[in-house]
Amino acid sequence: MADTVAITLTVNGVERQADVEPRTLLVHFLREALGLTGTHVGCDTSQCGACAVSVGGVVVKSCTLLAVQADRAEVTTIEGLARDGQLDPVQQAFWDVHALQCGFCTPGMVMATHELLAHSPQPTDAEIRHGLEGNYCRCTGYHNIVRAVRLAAEKLAERESTAAAG
Amino acid sequence: MEQYFGKAVKRVEDPRFLTGSGQYTDDLSLPRMAHVAMVRTPFAHARIRRIDTAQALEHPGVVAVITGQALRDANIGSIPPGWLLPDIKTPPHYAIAVDRVRHAGEIVAAVIAESRAIAEDAALLVDVEYEMLPAVSLGSAALASGAPAVHDEAIENVCFRWSIGDQAAVDAEFDRAAKTVKLSLRNSRLAPNAIEPRASLAQYVRASDELTLWTTSQNPHIHRLILAAFVLGIPEHKLRVISPDVGGGFGSKIFQYPEEVIVLYAARKLNRPVKWTARRTESFVSDSHGRDHESEAELAADDEGHVLALRVKTIANLGAYLTLFGPVVPTYLYGTLMNGPYRFRAIHCAVTGVFTHTAPVDALRGAGRPEATYLLERMMDRMAQELGQDPAELRRKNFIQPDAFPYQTPVALVYDSGNYEPALDKALTTLDYKRAREAQAALRKEGRYLGIGFSTYLEACGLAPSSLVGSLGAQAGQWESALVRVMPTGKVEVFTGAHSHGQGHETAFAQIVADDLQIPMDDVVIVHGDTAKVPFGWGSYGSRSAAVGASALKMALNKIRDKAAGIAAHLLEAAPEDVEMTGGQLHVKGVPERGKSFSDIALQAHLAHNLPEGMEPGLEATHFYDPKNFVYPFGTHVAVVEVDPETGRVTLQRYVAVDDCGPLINPMIAEGQVHGGIAHGVGQALLEHALYDEQGQFVAGSFLEYAMPRADDLPLFEIDHTVTPSPHNPLGVKGIGETGTIASTAAVANAVIDALGPFGITHLDMPFTAENVWRAIQGGKKAVA
Repeated sequence: MADTVAITLTVNGVERQADVEPRTLLVHFLREALGLTGTHVGCDTSQCGACAVSVGGVVVKSCTLLAVQADRAEVTTIEGLARDGQLDPVQQAFWDVHALQCGFCTPGMVMATHELLAHSPQPTDAEIRHGLEGNYCRCTGYHNIVRAVRLAAEKLAERESTAAAG
Repeated sequence: MEQYFGKAVKRVEDPRFLTGSGQYTDDLSLPRMAHVAMVRTPFAHARIRRIDTAQALEHPGVVAVITGQALRDANIGSIPPGWLLPDIKTPPHYAIAVDRVRHAGEIVAAVIAESRAIAEDAALLVDVEYEMLPAVSLGSAALASGAPAVHDEAIENVCFRWSIGDQAAVDAEFDRAAKTVKLSLRNSRLAPNAIEPRASLAQYVRASDELTLWTTSQNPHIHRLILAAFVLGIPEHKLRVISPDVGGGFGSKIFQYPEEVIVLYAARKLNRPVKWTARRTESFVSDSHGRDHESEAELAADDEGHVLALRVKTIANLGAYLTLFGPVVPTYLYGTLMNGPYRFRAIHCAVTGVFTHTAPVDALRGAGRPEATYLLERMMDRMAQELGQDPAELRRKNFIQPDAFPYQTPVALVYDSGNYEPALDKALTTLDYKRAREAQAALRKEGRYLGIGFSTYLEACGLAPSSLVGSLGAQAGQWESALVRVMPTGKVEVFTGAHSHGQGHETAFAQIVADDLQIPMDDVVIVHGDTAKVPFGWGSYGSRSAAVGASALKMALNKIRDKAAGIAAHLLEAAPEDVEMTGGQLHVKGVPERGKSFSDIALQAHLAHNLPEGMEPGLEATHFYDPKNFVYPFGTHVAVVEVDPETGRVTLQRYVAVDDCGPLINPMIAEGQVHGGIAHGVGQALLEHALYDEQGQFVAGSFLEYAMPRADDLPLFEIDHTVTPSPHNPLGVKGIGETGTIASTAAVANAVIDALGPFGITHLDMPFTAENVWRAIQGGKKAVA
C-alpha cells in the first residue's frame, strides 16, 4: 500500500483526522472516507462543477484539489448548508422555482451560487449566467436556475436588511 | 378538498437532492466491496492476438482480471437487441471482446481490485497485443465497396434496409408538382452526457443464490429480464434490479451495458460486492450515442405551396453493435414522423441501417423524432424560400385542420387529435412576428444578420399499443403497471413501473392520487425503480410516463374508489351508486353530514368486521394499462439568432415555445421539461458534435472537446401552451419530455440559415459553430460575388 499522510480538517463544523494517500482527491476523500456523498463527480476534467465545495470560504471544484491541500482548512459541503432542518436561502430558492430535476448537478450549482452571490450580491442575468458557466446542467436548460439565483439574491438581501434593522 | 391536478406543487423529491441526501448508485458502498476498472481498446478495429494479465494480477490489491474468454467459458450470453426488422442482421454483442474489437472504447478486460485507484493502476498493466485493422466511421463510407467489414455476417456493413410509404404514389406526385426542392442533410452524432455517469453495483448472496444489481437504469424490469434471462441465463427471480436516484437518462440509460454484465458476473464469481462507475471519458466512448444520419430529401409542392409529397433516403449509422432500441429509432420512430402536422398526399422514406467502427447508436432524447422533424422542417423552410413565401404562412396553409381527426397519414400513424393554428398564432404573437421581421430588415442595413426560424413540430409518443409495436418487430410490450396499496391508516403506497430520473413522478403521480382519493399529498408515497417492490413495468422513455404510467395509475385508482364506495355504501346502508366522494368524505348523495372519510374506509377494509357479503378484505388494486394509440403532442417553436459575419459566432437571442401536451398535471414540472428539452436541441444545433475521425478515433472525448450548452449560451425561454386533450387516455395527457428537443434543433437551424440568406447560403450542416459558419460565409461571399 502507498504511503499515507495525516491530515486534519474541519468539515461542516466537525473536525476530522485521517490518513490519506497523497494522490487522493478531495472529492474522493469527502465521498469515500467521510461518506459525504452529496458532493458528486460528473467528469474527470474539472468541467462539470458537480463536485463544488467551499474550502476556506472559497468555492472550488473538489476534483481539482488533493485532500492533503485541504489540510487544516474549513470545508463546507452541500450537507453543511441547512441549519436545524431549515434549507438555506439558496437551497430554498432552488426548491421554490424548480431549479433542479435529476438533482445530480444541484449540490454543485448551489455551492456555485453561494460563491456568485458572495462576490455579486445583486447580479444581473448576464452575471448569473457568467457566474455559473463552470457548472453543467443537462436537465433544466438553466432557465429556472437563473431564476433561483435571482430569488436567492432577493432573499439574502432581505435577510441582510432585516439584520441591519434589527 | 384541495385540487392538486394542474397545480404547480413544489416537488417532494427536492429536499433530499438539495441537502445532498439523494442516493445515486455511486453513493452506495457495501462491506467487502471491490472495484472494477475497464481495459478498453484505443483502436477502432483490431484483432486481439494475445492478452497477458499476469502483471496486473501480481499488482498488490488486485483481486481478479476478467477477459472475454472467461465470460464465454461461463456461458455468459450476448446482449440482445429488443426490436427486430425483416432480414435484420444481429451479430452478437459480448460484454468483453473475445478476438476482435470493433470500436474505440470497447472493453477487452476488466480488472477488479480492493480500491478503484488500484484497479485503475493495474488496468494499465494488462498487456494486450492488437493487430490493427482498417476502420470506417461514417455510414456512407461503410457502404462503399471495399470498406472494412465490421461484422462478417453483415455484407457491405448493411444491418437492415427498411422503408415505409408508397413509392409509386410519391413518384406520381413529383411528376405533376409545380415546385420541388432537394437537400442533402447530415444529422450530427451526439453524446448523451447525463451529468451522472453510468454506474453499477452488484451483490451476490450465496445462501439464496440471488444477485442484486443497483444500476443507473430508466427501466429496471427490462434490465432484469434481459440480463437474467438472456445474458446470465438465470431465472428472473434470482436477480433484483434497483435503480435508486438516477441523475438524468435522456435515453442513454435504457440499455443493458457490458459493464452491468461484468459486475454481475464478478460479484457471483468472487462472492463479494463489485462496483463500477464510469469516468466521463469512458462515458463518451461507451454510452450509446444519438442521431448520426446522412439523408437525401426531396419535397414537392403545387405552385401555391401546398405540399404534395416527400421522398427521403437516409443512411443511419448504428455503430458497431445493436443495442436495445437501435433498430427502431431510425425506422419506426423516424419514418412514421415524416408527415409532421401537414397534409401530404404521399411520402416514401427508405432507411439503410449501417454498422461502423463507432460506439453503438440508440435512443437519445426524442429518438428518431428529432431527426425526422429536423429534416421535414428544414425542407419546409427550403420550400418557403424557393417559393418566396413566409415560412410561417407556408406551414399554416399546410396544417391538417381540426375537423380532420382522426387523421390517417401516408406513413402508418393515425393522429387522434390536433389543433395546430392556435399554437402558431400564440407563438407569433409572443414573438411579435411582424416587428421581428421589421427589425431584421432594419438591422441588415447596418450589417447585422438576424435570423428567425420556425419549427411547427408534431411528435408521436406515449409508447405504445403493445399489439401495434409487436406487429412492427418489438420483442416487448409497451403497456405500464401501477399498484395502489392502501394501508389500514389510509396512507397510500403507489408502485409504478414508470421510472423517474428527474421527471418528478414522486410529485406529479402523488397529485393524481391525492385528488382521486381526496387525501393530503403527504399521505401518498410513490415507489419506483425496484423490481422487488414494483410489478413488472417497462420504464420511462419515449415520453410515456404520464400518458401510459399515469393512466395505469388512474385506472388502478378507479378500482380503489369503486371498492371504497362499496364499503361506504354498506356501512351507510345505501346503494353503491348513491355514494359520492366530496370534501374528503364518502357519503350518500345530498347527505354530506353523514359520511365516512377515506381513512375510515381503509380501516374497515382491513378490519373486515363488517364488509359487504362476498367482498374480499383489504384495499389494493393493480392495473396494467395498454394504450390504444400513441399520443400526439405538437406546437410551434421560434428561434431568433444573430450571426456575427466577422467571426461566424451565432447568438441565440430569443426562444419562443408554444407546446400542446394536453392538460398539465403540474405546469411547473411540465415547463421544466420544455426548458431542458430546448437546451438539448439547441446544443445539437449550435455546439455539440460527437465526432469520429476517418480511422474511428473519437476526437471529442471529454468536456474539453465536446461542447455542451452552458448557462451563458442560452437566453431565458418564452414558454406558453395550448390544451388539446388526447381523446383515448383517462387523463387526456400527452408527453412533454422530448418536445423541446424535437422542435428546437430545427428552429435554430432554420434561424441560422435565415440569417445567412444574404450570403447566398441555402443550407449548412450542424453544428453551427463559429468556425463552420465563418467558413460558410467566406464560401458564400465568393459565390455571391
